[in-house]
Amino acid sequence: MWTEFGSTTPPSSDTRWRIVGAAMRKHGYRPNALIETLHTVQETFGYLDEQALRFVAGALRVPLSQVYGVATFYHFFNLKPQGRHTCVICTGTACYIKGVPAILTAIEETYGIKPGETTSDGNISLVSARCLGSCGLAPAAVMDGDVVGKLTPLETVNRMRRWTK
Amino acid sequence: MTPEELTNTITTERETQEKFKHHVCVCVAAGCLSSQSDKVKAALEDEIKRQGREHECQIKGVGCMGLCAAGPLVSVEETGTLYQEVKPEDAAEVVASLEGQPVARIKGPSEAPFFTRQVKIVLENCGKIDPNRIEDYLLSGGYQSLTKVLTEMTPAQIIEEVYKSGLRGRGGAGYPTGLKWSTVAKAPGSPKYVICNADEGDPGAFMDRSVLESDPHRVLEGMAIAAYAVGASQGYVYVRAEYPLAIERLQNAIKQARRLRFLGIDICGTTFNFNIDVRLGAGAFVCGEETALIASVEGRRGNPKPRPPYPAEAGLWGCPTLINNVETFANIAPIAGRGGNWYASIGTEKSKGTKVFALAGRVANTDLIEVPMGMTLREIVFDIGGGIPDGKRLKAVQTGGPSGGCIPEQFLDMPVDYESLNKLGSIMGSGGMIVMDETSCMVDVAKYFMEFCMSESCGKCVPCRVGTAQMYDLLHKITEGKAGLEDLEMLEDLCDLVRNTSLCGLGQSAPNPVLSTLRYFRDEYMEHIVNKTCPAGICKIKVPTEVTA
Repeated sequence: MWTEFGSTTPPSSDTRWRIVGAAMRKHGYRPNALIETLHTVQETFGYLDEQALRFVAGALRVPLSQVYGVATFYHFFNLKPQGRHTCVICTGTACYIKGVPAILTAIEETYGIKPGETTSDGNISLVSARCLGSCGLAPAAVMDGDVVGKLTPLETVNRMRRWTK
Repeated sequence: MTPEELTNTITTERETQEKFKHHVCVCVAAGCLSSQSDKVKAALEDEIKRQGREHECQIKGVGCMGLCAAGPLVSVEETGTLYQEVKPEDAAEVVASLEGQPVARIKGPSEAPFFTRQVKIVLENCGKIDPNRIEDYLLSGGYQSLTKVLTEMTPAQIIEEVYKSGLRGRGGAGYPTGLKWSTVAKAPGSPKYVICNADEGDPGAFMDRSVLESDPHRVLEGMAIAAYAVGASQGYVYVRAEYPLAIERLQNAIKQARRLRFLGIDICGTTFNFNIDVRLGAGAFVCGEETALIASVEGRRGNPKPRPPYPAEAGLWGCPTLINNVETFANIAPIAGRGGNWYASIGTEKSKGTKVFALAGRVANTDLIEVPMGMTLREIVFDIGGGIPDGKRLKAVQTGGPSGGCIPEQFLDMPVDYESLNKLGSIMGSGGMIVMDETSCMVDVAKYFMEFCMSESCGKCVPCRVGTAQMYDLLHKITEGKAGLEDLEMLEDLCDLVRNTSLCGLGQSAPNPVLSTLRYFRDEYMEHIVNKTCPAGICKIKVPTEVTA
């Protein structure tokens, strides 16, 4: 695999690349649209793989090292595929003092995963967020896109159990 | 849109709204949405259709009403009745009671100190207008300040008004806004840029998100006025990708404002042009620092740069750039409309106006509030916040997030303003206020914030990259009961070093939580170190079993 500078030809025939192409076109293939483009790639494919990074680097004429630097600098970008279900646990201050450490322990005891890890069957990813801004609902989590609040360790694990059936 | 067209639009909108006898507002900001307020709204709409009252009842989705913990919230505009924890099943009763007595079962407090003690400027439209309709914003007086500034004032005059208002940066540092504006206006070079910092990274803070979700046009109007004042024609809102709803509403608002020519070319029938684009953050706390934010808008890693040169002289792409926080911009339209002297009449001598706080943690009402500067912490926590639940005692109030400190109970009667908080070893910060009771261990809290700073350090300068990691290790050692007094001494030395030698605000302020807890809760540290116990019972200290030979 190599990076071809200035090439806007998608790396595969996957039609989802059209969405990425459209986003880059919207920004006129300007190098400063790098973060916006990576957001689009992640929204479309779920994560950023090497192929995607090389393609974006080439199309936007940004050195691959810089693309990799940006992709690894920002916590929001995933370089690995995520599980089928995602549980984002808020670890903001309000959630922390209202009992998030106990929730994380319960999840680790049940599924053997820590924040940033995925179960070995690829079913559930556990992610920790700095603050969801839902402090009124502390402790809060986002489970497959739905914000749930006022959680207890038991309730959290029970909700995750629905994904494993 | 010219002033005449604006008046016409407002009249039409008023007539449309006055056709309805009842206006029922349902909160559709993120807090209430997560407790299914959208289903409540749909149920109310269905109910009204079922009873054939579409022509006289309007169901309106509105922004944050403040009492986020009691959501979903529904309010009836005519009677001022507020309902809390409403379920879709309650819809029929709510609609039926519009003419008669309110439904007592779900009625919330509406006369409580929670409402009466607040002064709303930034949040005046929150919970009242539909954030998805520019017409609703226009009806509440929106974009009239912009029209007035563009048609009646010179840039120098509006800067003078902001200067007179005494408004200080609401992002945390409290730099006088008028001074910042005049520096950018005077800076040579073009083009100039205006950036709105909506990278609300402090854990425990959700003020900016609420403003963007509830009243996005107010921020756009403030930015447009700022752009006119400093001579910019392009603006960016740098918003966290973690706030999808805020991004959606902001983008919708920009589209609407362009359509009615409050953004774009020939704004308000004048020759002033200004455009706003949204830039997404990607989960890096350091990007709240202005030079790091600029690097991120340019599409690079968010590494800060030494200042000077300040962004006011050499910012985005080397051009003069004005960066203000969401709340600062949200204050601009009222200041331009009612004058700087009016704003300066609120607050204390050096801290003018109001401040929005996100009150959370161990407090009865976890909410979004806006109070005049100078109110005491006691009034905020006990009168507005409703005190500490479960009969527990207050231990400390944490302000300013990872850059701030913990204020103990004996200082609760200090007025909340920039100077007083600094004196106590904390900072105003962006407005997160976390209440802690006796179940929190202060060493653990310090460790929590240090872990945050350690993982959010961008790694560019050594004091911050290495220092925060070393301090975290020492704190971890203390919470495990393995530390000695020499470790505490080293921790204090490191605090001093990191504070004085780090490149940007993140590192310079990272020791604050440690320093403030050491200042007021030194005995707790000593308990961990000398007696190997955690008074709050949070830290799991393993007592070593005595090995007797």
